[in-house]
Amino acid sequence: MSLFYSTLKYLAVTLWSMFVIAPFLWALTTSFKDFQSVTSGATYIPWVDFEPTLDGWRSLFKSPAQGGIAIVEPFFNSVIVTAAGSGISIILGTLAAYSLSRFTFRVGPIRNGDITFFFISQRIMPPVVLSIPFFIMLGKLGLLDTLFGLVLVYVVLLMPIAVWIMVDFFNKVPIEIDETALIDGCNPYQAFFKVVLPNSVPGIIVAGMFCMIFGWTDFFFAFILTFTEVQLLPVAIVALNSSITPWWSLSAAALVSVAPLVVVAFVVERYLSKGNLSGALK
Amino acid sequence: MNFKHKYMFLLPGLLVLLAILIFPIGFTVRLSLSSWDSFYPGLDFIGLENYVRLFTDDSRFWEAFGRLSLLSLTTVFLQYIIGFSLALLVWKEIRFQRLFRVLFLIPMMTTPVIMTVVWRTVFHESLGPVNDFFSLFGMQPLWLSSEILSKFTVILVEVWQWTPFMFLLLLAGLLSLPKEPYLAASIDGAGPVRTFVYVTFPLMAPISIGAIIIRLIEASKIMDTVYVLTSGGPGTSTETSSFYIFIKGLREFQFGYSAALSITYLIIMIISFTVIAKILVKLMVRGE
Repeated sequence: MSLFYSTLKYLAVTLWSMFVIAPFLWALTTSFKDFQSVTSGATYIPWVDFEPTLDGWRSLFKSPAQGGIAIVEPFFNSVIVTAAGSGISIILGTLAAYSLSRFTFRVGPIRNGDITFFFISQRIMPPVVLSIPFFIMLGKLGLLDTLFGLVLVYVVLLMPIAVWIMVDFFNKVPIEIDETALIDGCNPYQAFFKVVLPNSVPGIIVAGMFCMIFGWTDFFFAFILTFTEVQLLPVAIVALNSSITPWWSLSAAALVSVAPLVVVAFVVERYLSKGNLSGALK
Repeated sequence: MNFKHKYMFLLPGLLVLLAILIFPIGFTVRLSLSSWDSFYPGLDFIGLENYVRLFTDDSRFWEAFGRLSLLSLTTVFLQYIIGFSLALLVWKEIRFQRLFRVLFLIPMMTTPVIMTVVWRTVFHESLGPVNDFFSLFGMQPLWLSSEILSKFTVILVEVWQWTPFMFLLLLAGLLSLPKEPYLAASIDGAGPVRTFVYVTFPLMAPISIGAIIIRLIEASKIMDTVYVLTSGGPGTSTETSSFYIFIKGLREFQFGYSAALSITYLIIMIISFTVIAKILVKLMVRGE
C-alpha cells in the first residue's frame, strides 16, 4: 500500500479514536474541579488551568444531607438488577433457544421461525409504550419501587437478546453431539446439560455480555418504575442534571458508572480476534 | 427425539415472557378505547374516539413522527458508513489493531443517558469546551437551543454512542468471510476498490441488511438522549414519537389517549420495518 494511503488510514483511525475518548477526558478533568473553576469557563489542564480538588469524588460517598450524592447504594442496586435480570434471561433464553434450534414445532400455522420472531420482536416495542401498563400492573401487585419489580421488567427486556444470540449459536453446534450423547444412553436433559451446554460456553458468554450491556444501560424503566426506595445508578446521576448542576460530582459519578462495562469491551475484542464472536453474531 | 421434552425446554421462557407481556399489551389496547386521564381515572368505553382525534386533530404527533424518521434514518445511515469504514480499517493488518478495536467498541458499553449528561456539559453554550473552541473564531453556536443545531447535536451524540454496535456486527461479519473469493480476485488482478465493490460488499450484503435493520429498530426508540439533551426542545424541534407519547402519558396523564398513540405508533413501525427490509434486500442484493 502506498505511503499516502497508509497515512490516510492512520489519520482516520486516530481522529475517530480522539472523538471516542474526548467526552471521557472532559469528564475526567471536570471531576477534579469545583464551583469556582467550572463557572469561570472551560479549562482543561489541572494545576495549570485550575486548582484540582477531590470534592467531586468525595461527594459520591456523602449523603445528600451533607451535600453529596451517595452513589454506593444505587451502584449496587444496578448491579443486583442487571445480574438477576441477565441471569434469568440467559437461563430461560438458552433453554428456549435450544428447543427452537433442535426440535420442530407445529402449532396450527405457527412454526419455529414464528416463535423465534415473537421473542425477538419484543425489542421493537419502545419502552414508553410498555411503561404505562407496567406502571399500573406493578402498582396493582405492590411491586412498584422494588428491585423484584424491576427484575421482572428487565427479563422482558433482555430475554429476546439471549434467545436471538443463542438460537444462532445452537444452529452452529453440530447436532451429532446430541445424537452421540443420546446413543451413549443419556436422556435429553443429560445430553443438554452434560454435553451441549459445556460446548456452548462462548455463545453464553456473548449473550451474557449483551444482556449486561442492555440491562446496565437502561434508564427509562428504572426512571418510571422506581421513586425513592430503590434508585438505580443512571436515575441517580440524571437526577443531578438540573439547572444548578454540580458538574464535578456528575462527572465523577459518570466515570464510575461507565467503568465496569469498559472491561466488557476488552472481552468482546478478545472473542472477536479469536474468531469466536463471528459465529455468535449473525 | 422424544416429543414432550422439547416443550420442557421451550415453555419456561415462553410462558414467563407471555405472563409478563400479555397484560401490558392487552391492557394498552383496552386503554386506548377509554378516556382515562388524571381527572376521570377509570376504564370507560368511548370507542374509537381517541383514534379519530389522533388522525384528524393531532398534527404534533405526525410532526414528531416525521422528525423521528429524519433523525433515525440519518443517524443509522451515518453509523453504517462510519461503522463499515472503521471495520474495514481495522480488519486487516494495522498497527495497534487490538487497541483500536477496543477503543471503537467502548461507546456502546456506556450508559447512553449518562454519557448524554456528559455531552450536555461538553456542548454547554457558555461553559463547555466546544464553544470555548468556537469562541476563538468569535462564534457562539447554540448547540442545544437553536432549532437546527439541536438536531445536529442529537445526531452527533447518537452516532458517537451507537456506531460501535454497527462496527461490531460488521467487523464480526468481515472476519467470518471466506478466503476463496479474495484469492480469485487477486488472481484476476483486481485492485482494492474493485475487490471491495465486487467481492466484499456483495458478500457483506446480508450482514449489512441485518445490522441496519437492528439499528433502525433500536434508533426508532430514541428517547434517553432527547430527554437529557434537549427535553424535546427548543419548542418541539427535537421531539420524537416516543417523547411525545411520554409527554401525553406520563406528564399530562392522558393514559387513554397515549395508549391510542402507542398502538398506532407500533402498527406504523411494524409496517415500516417490513417495507424497509424489503427495499434494503432489493437494493443490496441487486449487485450480485
